[in-house]
Amino acid sequence: MSERHAAERTGEIAPPALERFDIRARVRRRAAWGMQLVFLGSTLFGVLALSALLYNIFNGAFGLRAVEYKNPPEALAVEGIPLEELSKEELVSVLQANLSRGAFNKLDGEMGFAASSRDQVYSVVVERLLKPKVVKSWKLVESLTQRGEIEAFVAQQAPGARLEFVSWLDWRFVTSPQSSEPMRAGVRSAILGSLLTISITILIAFPIGVGAAIYLEEYAGDSPINRVIQTNINNLAGVPSIIYGMLGLAIFVRLLEPVTSGALFGLVDDPTTANGRTVLAAGLTLALLVLPLVIINAQEAIRAVPNSLRQAGFGLGGTKWQTIRSHVLPTAMPGILTGTILAVSRAFGETAPLVVIGASTYISSDPTGPFSKFTALPIQVYQWTARPQDEFRNLAAAAIIVLLILLLALNTTAVILRNRYGRQGELL
Amino acid sequence: MESTLGLPSSQQPLSLEEAESRLRRSRRTGEGFIRGFLFISATISILTTIGIVFVLVRESLLFFRSPAVTMLEFLTGTQWQPHIEAFGIWPLLTSTLVTSTIAMLVALPLGIAVAIYLSEYASRRARSIIKPVLEVLAGIPTVVFGYFALTFMTPLLRGVLGRDTVEIYNTASAGIVIGILILPLISSMCEDALSAVPRSLREAGLSVGTTRLETALRVLVPAAFSGIMAAFIVGISRAIGETMVVALAAGAGPAFTLNPFRGAETMTGHIVRISGGDLSYDSIDYDSIFAIGLMLFLLTLMLNIISQAVVRRYREKYE
Repeated sequence: MSERHAAERTGEIAPPALERFDIRARVRRRAAWGMQLVFLGSTLFGVLALSALLYNIFNGAFGLRAVEYKNPPEALAVEGIPLEELSKEELVSVLQANLSRGAFNKLDGEMGFAASSRDQVYSVVVERLLKPKVVKSWKLVESLTQRGEIEAFVAQQAPGARLEFVSWLDWRFVTSPQSSEPMRAGVRSAILGSLLTISITILIAFPIGVGAAIYLEEYAGDSPINRVIQTNINNLAGVPSIIYGMLGLAIFVRLLEPVTSGALFGLVDDPTTANGRTVLAAGLTLALLVLPLVIINAQEAIRAVPNSLRQAGFGLGGTKWQTIRSHVLPTAMPGILTGTILAVSRAFGETAPLVVIGASTYISSDPTGPFSKFTALPIQVYQWTARPQDEFRNLAAAAIIVLLILLLALNTTAVILRNRYGRQGELL
Repeated sequence: MESTLGLPSSQQPLSLEEAESRLRRSRRTGEGFIRGFLFISATISILTTIGIVFVLVRESLLFFRSPAVTMLEFLTGTQWQPHIEAFGIWPLLTSTLVTSTIAMLVALPLGIAVAIYLSEYASRRARSIIKPVLEVLAGIPTVVFGYFALTFMTPLLRGVLGRDTVEIYNTASAGIVIGILILPLISSMCEDALSAVPRSLREAGLSVGTTRLETALRVLVPAAFSGIMAAFIVGISRAIGETMVVALAAGAGPAFTLNPFRGAETMTGHIVRISGGDLSYDSIDYDSIFAIGLMLFLLTLMLNIISQAVVRRYREKYE
């Protein structure tokens, strides 16, 4: 029998039809099984890529760092109480004891210790007395697995430095403004800048986007101009974001400078330094960027409203707009909101257009309104990543975590809003 | 004449003409305004396009009018060095092509495989896990992918292929990461295309005794070909326009090379680097980025129009 099989395989004897089918079926099934593995593997690759991305971020946001102090913190401790736990008065006396009288009086004149808070005095102590400087930093996995080598390295290369295990993301990081010193740098102004920008984007893109969607779905007939509008929106959705940045640079920053800098409204303290690179210009640019997405998503939501609802509205004698307002929009609202928030969260992470319109200059003060210069969270990530020093990469990782948490919050809001509106829609 | 129903004149039913004119007066004028506002909203997208074209063309014209550069030099030159006034687009174009090609080599096969797995093989449970993972991947800002390329992919490549072969900044790492970035886009477009194939075709394939693989590869993929093609083209367009990954990982200097392990600045990377510095409005550098922008815009617009044409042409087959 086995001889016969071998002969059949080599093609000397033709096997009976059924057996021939069996052999082929086995081969085909094996191919199917193999390819299924390939498909599964590709899918797992996607999952793996996301894991690697997240692993890499957390790997960067925690770890050891070697810090050199001008005065070690222990030397400044008062009666064994560590520096961080001292009261404001004690901190002032520490300053008095360690600075020359002239320097102390000058500092007092500049900030007035009596009127300052404890935290302000503490940051002065850090700045003037501790003067911490990061010599080198390590990633989380290195810190855990190569502790011995790192200690040897520090002992040899920077004997004065102290090795600390830190989370680069902490409350101080979230609440401090930008700084060129990695240990004092934070993302407060960047977070505020991002939130302000995105508010303007929403205020502009939402009404216009939904309006356009209503027009295209409910009013527009099949006329040439409407077809042009529709095609145009689809094409705009595919334009790279950096092109929108150039549009914003030429139109909002340069051409409309009097408006976007606030000079037209007399809202600028110092007209000589005011320019169009403001929160308003960025918000408008991002609004144009997300508009096609908002329109397309809203159109889909409106299209999904069953025609019977419209006919019911007209049947009761409602006008077109009354029907849309009371029947179509409430039903479509969950979809519209979800679509809008998805589009807005894309704008929240956009970096290229903001860099192009010039938000990337070094800003360490908080934005105060639509006409102030600003920086944004993704721009901080970009700038810190672009610097070659490891400690700035650590800061970038920490800023990425903040960015992702904010995005998560935005998307959670979308889900909550959708559920709430969804229930209202059912009641109507 | 005696009023009908004997009611006082204030409660008389309206005549038809009177009712119509009241309707017109009370509600229709408001309706007109609303309709007008909605129409203006819709035309803002047209204004955006006009604005983009106007801005890019105007500044590009200024660029080509300057004595330092000619259109011919721009389109044929192989050197882009603004400080010696050499403005040939090719170094920027080739590195853009290298990163996009690598990205598509990663994203297209993986994207189709993921789409086939999700639409033909995956159980409902597996789908409910994998789909959200891909959506999360699609929602992550591109600057984060740039960080990933520079601090993960580049060290990985250098570790595997050797530090002498792979430079710190290189187009391969940027290309691979762009591929990962557009994978969710490609897979979801391909999945839509596959699920749009009528059920009857799938059943016909299975009923003549083919395996699921054969049905997928010989029936469904050919039937969904236009959708897959569109995904491919949209993917290229995204890859060409992608900015932050290349700005961080591909290198900060134009280089005329096809070697993916060398650093080379792409079109988008160059625009970001030049405009990120202190840029004076009247310099040739400022005008030059708009010429690059115009090139980029035309390239992506062309690809998007082709993809829409492909979809429109083949969609009618099953409708």
